[in-house]
Formats: sequence, C-alpha cells, structure tokens
Amino acid sequence: MSDRQVLFPSSQRRGGCAERSEGADGVVSSATHFGRTDHPGASAWRLSRLPSSARRGIRAVFYSLLWLGLSTGLIRAQQNSEIHVLHVQGNVYMLVGAVGNIAVQAGNDGVLLVDTGAAQMTDQVLATVKQLAKPITNRPIRYIINTHFHPDHTAGNEKLRAAGTTITGGNVAGNISDATEGAALFAHENVMKRMSAPTGSEGPRPSGAWPTDTYFGDKKEFFFNGEAIQLLHPNSAHTDGDSIVFFRRSDVISAGDIFMTTSYPIIDLRNGGSINGVIDALNFILDLTIPAEKQEGGTMVIPGHGRLSDEADVVEYRDMVTIIRDRIRDMIKKGMTLEQVKAAKPTRDYDPIYGSTSGFWTTDMFVEAVYKSLSAK
Amino acid sequence: MRFRLLVGLATVMLTLPAFAQVDPSGEWAPRFHEDQPERIPGPEIGDYLGLPINDAARLRADSWDASLLTLPEHQCKPHPADYSPRGPANLRITKEVDKESQEIIAFHTHISWQAPERTIWMDGREHPPDYAAHTWQGFSTGKWEGDTLTVTTTHLKAGWIRRNGVPRSDRATLTEHWIRHGDYLTLISIINDPVYLTEPFIRTTNWILDPRQQITPYPCDAVVEIERPKGTVPHHLPGTNKFLSEFPKKYGIPETAARGGAETTYPEYQTKMRPAAK
Repeated sequence: MSDRQVLFPSSQRRGGCAERSEGADGVVSSATHFGRTDHPGASAWRLSRLPSSARRGIRAVFYSLLWLGLSTGLIRAQQNSEIHVLHVQGNVYMLVGAVGNIAVQAGNDGVLLVDTGAAQMTDQVLATVKQLAKPITNRPIRYIINTHFHPDHTAGNEKLRAAGTTITGGNVAGNISDATEGAALFAHENVMKRMSAPTGSEGPRPSGAWPTDTYFGDKKEFFFNGEAIQLLHPNSAHTDGDSIVFFRRSDVISAGDIFMTTSYPIIDLRNGGSINGVIDALNFILDLTIPAEKQEGGTMVIPGHGRLSDEADVVEYRDMVTIIRDRIRDMIKKGMTLEQVKAAKPTRDYDPIYGSTSGFWTTDMFVEAVYKSLSAK
Repeated sequence: MRFRLLVGLATVMLTLPAFAQVDPSGEWAPRFHEDQPERIPGPEIGDYLGLPINDAARLRADSWDASLLTLPEHQCKPHPADYSPRGPANLRITKEVDKESQEIIAFHTHISWQAPERTIWMDGREHPPDYAAHTWQGFSTGKWEGDTLTVTTTHLKAGWIRRNGVPRSDRATLTEHWIRHGDYLTLISIINDPVYLTEPFIRTTNWILDPRQQITPYPCDAVVEIERPKGTVPHHLPGTNKFLSEFPKKYGIPETAARGGAETTYPEYQTKMRPAAK
C-alpha cells in the first residue's frame, strides 16, 4: 500500500463527485483500487497524524489531481478534435469540445468567458476565442467567470487569464501595471476555498488559476458589452460554490454542471453538493427562463455538458431529477438500505438516456449520492 | 452526333430545378377513420396496445400523471412533429420558392392545435450538429422519391408517442413519406427511438383537401391552475398507479396485451391473446 493509498479510507471515497474514479484513465482506476483498503481505520489513523491544514491540503491536491485525471481521460477522445462554436443569441456563443462547455460573450468592450475547459484543450480554446472575437472586437479577454471549481471547467484558467487584461486604477499612486496583467476572474468564494489552501500549505491549483475576485451571498452583478450580467449562487447544488451566469440582454443562461443533457446530475457531496440543492437550482433556472412561444426558444440555456437547450429541456431534466428523488425518498421512508434501493433500480426508465454502468459517474454513484444526500442529518 | 445530343439533353435535365412531383400544398382537413378513440377523445391511462415499447418506456408511462399538464411550464407545449398530425390536425402546407430559379426551397406546415410551424428544407442543406438546440418540430429535410416526398427529421425535443405518458426520447429520428392522391393526402410516419422503442413505430394518417378551411389562431397563456409547493412534479410512484388496470378491464383485454411491446403489434399476437382473455 503506497502513501497515497492510506490517505483515503473507503468511507471517504463514496458519494461525492470528486470520487468519481472509474474512468478509462489508469491513474483514476488506481484511485478506485486504493480506496478498497481492508483497513480503513488504520488508514484514517495515519492520516490523522498529520496537522489539519496539511490534511486539508493533501486532500485538496489529491482530489484536484483526480479531477484533472478524469478530465484527461474524458478528453482523450477529443484531443484531436476541434472546438466548435455555436452562436446562441445576442452577444453569446457556446464553445463545445473542451469537455465542459464554455460560454463566450464578445462585444465592443472585449471578451468574457464562462469557464475555461479542460487543460489539454486550452490552446485550442484560446485560438478559437481569438478567431471568434477578431471580427467583433480588438480588445482582449477582460473577464472569466467560473461556474464551479472542477478542472473540466477551470483547468484553462491560468493560460486564458494570462491572455487577457484587467483595466484597473483608482486611489493609488505609483506603478500598478502588475494589476492589469491577466483578465479578472470571478467566482463564488467557495471556488477559491477549493482551489487554494491555508498559508503554509500548497494549494491544489496554482495561484494563477484562482479567482481574482470572489463574492459571497447569493449574487454578484456587473455590466459588460452593453448588457447586465448576473452571477447567481444557489446553495449546495452541484457543489457549494456554483454560479449560474445570466446574460440578461442576450437572454442566455450558462448553467454550469447544475444542468447537463448527457448524464444524471453529478452531486459532489464532499464539496457541499446536495440533491435537493440541485432540484432547487433547476427550479431557480426555470424562474429565470421565459420561452418565446409554445415552450420553445426565448431564454436559452447552455448546459455544463451536452447540447444547447431552452426552458422545455430544463423542465424535462428537472422533472426527471425530481421524480427520481421522490422515488428514493419514498424508499428511504420505507426503511430500505442503500443496497436495496440500488437493487430496486429507481432510475431504470431514465437510464437509457442518462445512465451509465462505467465511466466516472455511474448510475449507481448517482443513486448512492441521492440516497446519502437525503439521509444526511 | 447522337451522343452529343444525349449529353446535351442529360445536361439540360440535370440543371432543371427540383420541382415538386406532386405538390402537397393546400388546406387539408384531417380524417379520423384510423385510431379515432386514441386521437380524438384521447387514449386511456395504461393503454399501450400496439406500441413497440421497452420496459423503460412502460415505467415512465406508468409513472405519468395527467396533472403534470397543469404545471404552467407544461401547459403550452405543442405536440412534436411526430405527434401533431395525430391530434386535431387541420393542416396547411405552403411552399417556398426561389424567385429566380423557381426551385423549391422548403415546404412549410401549420397545424391547428397549438399552431406548430414546421419547415421541411428541400435545398439539400445538412442537418445541424449534435450540440445544436432541439425543437418541438425538429429539423427536417425532404427529397422526392418518385411522387413521394420523403422527409427526415432530427433534433426533436423529448416528446410522446401516445398522449398518456408513453415517452419518445430526444434521440429519436422521424422518417415520413407524404403521398398525395388527388384530393387525398396520406402520411406514413416511422419513428426510430433507440431509447424507448425496440422496433420502428409506424403509423399512417390521412387528410382530404379542403380549400374552404380556415385555421384559427391558437394563442396559449400559461397560468397557475393549482397552487402547489414550489418544485412539485406530479407523478405516480412505481407500483402505485391504480388507474392502470381500468383500461384492460373496461375492454376485456388481457393485461399483458395492454402493456404493449413489439410482439403485440403483429397479427400473430391475436392467437396468443385469445386464451389469455378467457
């Protein structure tokens, strides 16, 4: 058993999205393996001998590496593929192919990105953004927003931020040119907590990838390229640091991983996610969206993964997640164990669309996360 | 010389615009001689007869609660392209012609219930990429096969193949053959759904030409019909839908037949059903 193996007893591995560990990637598979220790108590004891800040740092580094590994595995098939651009409406475009979807808002004031995709795709993302923005503006990337901290949405932070510029100034004297280096990076403060570490510890992500400006509470607002932009924070949904980004004039929402058309919702319990938070956040998105006519068009929604959507697609997904939550909640009320719930297959009518028996987020993992989320006191 | 003439003739024929072989444009009134009980009064809960569905579709349909349609976000949904011809479906077909070349660019359809507008592109354009948005009417392209207009539709939103909760996924594709015989129009539609169907699902629907037809507007304004706690989604938990048994009892149909499946769509199933009905 290696040093890494003893750090994560099996009881800590289950349930959260950072524990997704069955990807094709070898590193990820080995993570699954060493979680199956026969001596979880001993493992926990050895971990407990470390100072708490170091434990947090090591855990954070590990889970970030795990996510990076997952991203690597996920994009393996896409390494030779292009980044595709889809004009959504107004000033907003959707970039597809960087694992996590990216939203781009471009106009006279410059370029704004929502998320930065997986690390291996960063050069292609940057080239695509430059090409996209060239006929629209001669100004650089000014803002980056992270919808949450997972590396499939943020691994390009450092490089893309470095390609941009911040306009700054105010009541200062002297040379503040350093402050203009790189685009401003906005996120909820819990994103910063997940990416950084206390003084003296090494953070899971390099400081250049961290947010430059965080917010707490339920929203942050600013105005860019002729439209109001809102960062809206739902409590405890996919993670505890989610932001839903609403481009009010373009009438486009970037939902992050709260909404995906490709899989069941990923509930990162370890990082503050919850099933009821996901459902609340989906209903919140439905409060924001207004269809143009006959439940179609109008406000468009860019999912964290998958195809461009509108309100009706979010309704379909919200209905599915709510129905499955209700079924599992009913089973818990009846006293069924997790294994009994899994055996009852409460998701089987939706599995052909959203389910998976392999990969980094299986149906079993989803059911387990819902069960644990609902059972948590 | 003869060869040159042939080549010349072939060149002229190949450069002719793609005219409609038998123009389906016009006002069409629906005929309900096929599947009338399902199409007009509406299907009964638990009636999955003749549908080549799998277990996943069955559970979704069993869980479906008609109260779902009282939610504001469900009230104004139109029928999707594969179902709208089945409802109260007064149909208008118009054609869009390029002014210069007189080639048909597209056919447009308008159906009375919820007024869905649909475009069938005839200009050879490609379907959108898989990451593009899906719509209720999907993205349709058409081509002539003799006098039959064959239409392929992708990018459909998740919908239904029977309006009692039997689902059709957003991964389904629709193939249609539109055939006009004088004043009659027949649509043969084939749904392939890798998610909820085990075999292609084939239906036919008919209209008669009605030049006097006037289709009225169909506005829809969603309202709160029932006050509920926020986020409530009406549905039946597995095994609790007591209405499922009403349909087979009412018509004396074996429960296994009412559950549908590919086997029940073939005539041979009648021999299997007879002893079960006793």
